[in-house]
Amino acid sequence: RFSAVFIFSPKQAEVEETLKRIQTHKGVIGTIVVNAEGIPIRTTLDNSTTVQYAGLLHQLTMKARSTVRDLDPQNDLTFLRIRSKKHEIMVAPDKEYLLIVIQNPSE
Amino acid sequence: ILPKGSTHQTNMLLMSVWSCFFGQDEEDGTETGEGDEWMQGKTLIKPLDQLDLTEAELKEEFTRILTANNPHAPQNIVRYSFKERSYKPISSVDQLAVHFVLEGNLLHQDSDEARRQRAKQGLPEGRLPGLLELLFDQICCFLQEQTFETAVAEKPETPAGKKEQKITNQFNFSERASQTLNNPLRERGCQTEPPPRANFSATANQWEIYDVYLEVLQKQEKNKEKAKAVPKKDDDKGKKKMMLVETQSDDITKVAKVAKIIERMVNQNTFDDIAQDFKYFEDASDEYREQEGTLLPLWKFQYDKAKRLSVTALCWNESYKDLFAVGLGSYDFTKQGRGMLVFYSLKNSTFPEYIYPTTSGILCLDIHKHLPYLVAVGFYDGCVAVYNLKEETLQPIYKSTAKSGKHTDPVWQVKWQKDDMDNNHNFFSVSSDGRVVSWTLVKNELVFTDIIKLSLEGAVSEGPEGVQLPIMACGTSFDFHKQIDYLFLVGTEEGKIHKCSKAYSSQFLETYNAHNMAVDAVKWNHFHTKVFISCSSDWTVKIWDHTIKTPMFTFDLNASVGDVAWSPYSSTVFAAVTTDGKVHTFDLSINKYEAICQQPVVAKKKTKLTHIEFNPVYPIIIVGDDRGYVTSLKLSPNLRKKPKEKKGQELPKGPEVEIAKMEKLLILSRTKKIKTDYKS
Repeated sequence: RFSAVFIFSPKQAEVEETLKRIQTHKGVIGTIVVNAEGIPIRTTLDNSTTVQYAGLLHQLTMKARSTVRDLDPQNDLTFLRIRSKKHEIMVAPDKEYLLIVIQNPSE
Repeated sequence: ILPKGSTHQTNMLLMSVWSCFFGQDEEDGTETGEGDEWMQGKTLIKPLDQLDLTEAELKEEFTRILTANNPHAPQNIVRYSFKERSYKPISSVDQLAVHFVLEGNLLHQDSDEARRQRAKQGLPEGRLPGLLELLFDQICCFLQEQTFETAVAEKPETPAGKKEQKITNQFNFSERASQTLNNPLRERGCQTEPPPRANFSATANQWEIYDVYLEVLQKQEKNKEKAKAVPKKDDDKGKKKMMLVETQSDDITKVAKVAKIIERMVNQNTFDDIAQDFKYFEDASDEYREQEGTLLPLWKFQYDKAKRLSVTALCWNESYKDLFAVGLGSYDFTKQGRGMLVFYSLKNSTFPEYIYPTTSGILCLDIHKHLPYLVAVGFYDGCVAVYNLKEETLQPIYKSTAKSGKHTDPVWQVKWQKDDMDNNHNFFSVSSDGRVVSWTLVKNELVFTDIIKLSLEGAVSEGPEGVQLPIMACGTSFDFHKQIDYLFLVGTEEGKIHKCSKAYSSQFLETYNAHNMAVDAVKWNHFHTKVFISCSSDWTVKIWDHTIKTPMFTFDLNASVGDVAWSPYSSTVFAAVTTDGKVHTFDLSINKYEAICQQPVVAKKKTKLTHIEFNPVYPIIIVGDDRGYVTSLKLSPNLRKKPKEKKGQELPKGPEVEIAKMEKLLILSRTKKIKTDYKS
């Protein structure tokens, strides 16, 4: 017997909740979810900023990942942190997606 | 016909002259059969490889036959026959050998060519043309033939001598040509549709190649597994096969793992100072405090939905050192409701990793030592359940029911045991109904076995029909010996501790009159095999040697003691929590009478601390209270003292040291006891 499970599985709700918690966490300025082609699919920032962040960070992550894997193919990039004067950009890559969070830790 | 090898005496002189010129070159010893007569005179010196024949053989006559066959003609020509599809030798070969050919210029007078020439020259038939005339005629003929081949061919044979042939003009001619009808040319073309094209580009990095290899390997392994799995019988025919519908839109569930990582990172940033403290901070002021230590508060774990519940159980995960389980329920008899099983990681203090809501309050839990995903839970309503963290569902994989031997009273403690002989996982539980039960996970169900029934000594009650039933004692805690598998201790509500064996189901090995009130916790020492500790609501903590019926040490903590725990790094350090919100830490090797640290850890004074657990590797403890919070604290260096060694000596490591430490203390206390007994 086959029974189909549709889009709104409990797992989906869990993920949505996690993302919400991240967005409402102290100091977090914005969250962007980017797909494999570099197109942002979910964001809490305005359009132009989102597109800019998505494009630039996508390329950087690919480069970082390529570096890590070239050194040792069995290794893989877990996350990337860019600490700047004003805030910190955290990028966590996945096989198909990229999650970008901008946080101001000192707040 | 010449006999071989015969010597010729004639021409000897001539031969000798020849030999002077040419040297002795008869060593090649060729057969001198035919011709070369003049060489034969030189056979005075025999060549080295000349045949040595006897006289008879010398006189032997050889016959030679002359035939008309051409010796140079090939005898083995083969031609390919298509009919027979093979090479076949030609039966007859041309034996004609032409030695000399010379093309002549004589013509027979009656031949066509001769007649023609005569006609040209105007000579009558019969008369042969003169030499000069012949030559001239030849040249003319040759030139004409070159240019007017067709014309000559066309002209019929003229009657001899009569009409002169029209001589075609070799300088001024017109070519007559004719053209046949040309077929009109027509072009025919055909065009097919071009094959679809797509642009493809890729990079070939080391890791891309590695990825492809991995994929191929995985596919191969899958195929192997499929080949193996197909002949197996399908047990779970009852289960529905779930099929995930692939959505066109981007599936957000794939971000789950990444979202988790990011959440931890965000938390790390926010609680950066705590993380730094946890890892690196060592209280420097401990050097100035002689024996006392402090507890540094680190993270505080709380979950919104668990605010009304109190922490009833804590357990660290042995395999994942930052993961711990919190059981939530209520100790209040009147306020019983739901419960929760929550797992936290030190990496994320704001939200639990796993949440399992339960219908009844949890009272105890235990995580399997080797399988970090199996959790055994005991409930207030007497049930026990086993959760599998790997499963997606929020329901336990096993749960005991009234039919399957669940306890009739709250379950106070559960503990996993080693796998039994059939490699089934099993765990023990103790409850207020006086039974210690062993539960075995067999396939899909929980099989129970009563191990021991705690009966009150001497007290019997009148049952129906005059049968005397023993009253059951209520078990409130138990602990299994670390090395001796069958030995365990059970604490009861009456304040007694029984030493029991798994083998004997009715008899206790020993009974200690430990406390005046219920024994809340009893724990064996991690290092010393004879020592155990017990705590009770009668405000005391006692340390025992299981061979002696009276306690070694007794500590009064001025408040009801909720829980006590030995430290995993030292045999003489232990900590206890009381209902007045304080954590008392003792180190018997430093101070045998007092705590080296007594610290309130909760803000509100009314909060009671219920449980305490040491982390197996990190120097932190977690403390649960009755408001649902779990606080983590770091132990200062004074609390983690290892024995000092004299300079020059190597620092001994390992549990032997700890055992030795404890032993020293025990001996001291025993001698003191004997002295006091002797005195009194």
